[in-house]
Amino acid sequence: MDLIVETFQKQLRPQNGAKVVAKAWVDPEYKKWLLKDGTAAIKHLGFSGVQGENMVVVENTPKVHNVVVCTLCSCYPWPTLGLPPIWFKSAPYRSRVVVEPRSVLEEFGVRIDDDVEVRTWDSSAELRYLVLPMRPAKSEGLSEAQLAKLVTRDSMIGTGLALNP
Amino acid sequence: MNGIHDLGGRHGMGPIIIEKDEPYFHEEWESRMLGMMIACFAAGVYNVDQFRHPIEQMDPAHYLLSSYYEHWLCTVEANCIAKGVITRAEIDARHAKLMKEKVA
Repeated sequence: MDLIVETFQKQLRPQNGAKVVAKAWVDPEYKKWLLKDGTAAIKHLGFSGVQGENMVVVENTPKVHNVVVCTLCSCYPWPTLGLPPIWFKSAPYRSRVVVEPRSVLEEFGVRIDDDVEVRTWDSSAELRYLVLPMRPAKSEGLSEAQLAKLVTRDSMIGTGLALNP
Repeated sequence: MNGIHDLGGRHGMGPIIIEKDEPYFHEEWESRMLGMMIACFAAGVYNVDQFRHPIEQMDPAHYLLSSYYEHWLCTVEANCIAKGVITRAEIDARHAKLMKEKVA
């Protein structure tokens, strides 16, 4: 049992998802694949398995901001993001983000302009969502590894944005 | 099922509490809960849907007031009893023994 816990602590972490995002930022073909077949593209980088069997990746653009929730329980893509934070699994977030996402995002420090559409995705037992955050400005020339460091866990849930370099 | 777990759109659930750099586990027993949950899953005691079901049937007040890993404790216990892995009597006896040792 200790091995199980250790595996989760060491191997199932948001750094996995960050690698997926960074690769999509530098490789347009990979990004196309990721948006078309998230499960396969993510698995290609070695992240698959329990609670990540079916992945859909949703892309943030200047006109669309995505945010993910599991209203019924706590569905979360373990292979890419590890274990979810308490707020994700708790009643306040689960109840509010599907009806007033903009105000919830403000509480996370994310201000979305009025002309940007907000899409809330409710995960299910069968389907997990991962947000592909926008690549920060002035990040040209950074390596994939350096870019991955800008990708926060919250930016892949939608309650945050990628960091500026 | 419009049980208490069906939280989307409900009002009055209170503020979203964000803990910066939150650790995976706040107490040691929670990590053991994860280990137990995965081990029982791997052993075929339940599938994902069977795991969720007892949580959705928890007393509504208990569901809202208890911690996440306590939800897992409820369902691992319920599933193990239902599938004959352990009996309620065995759990109670063990609990009583541990409580006695704790007081002594």
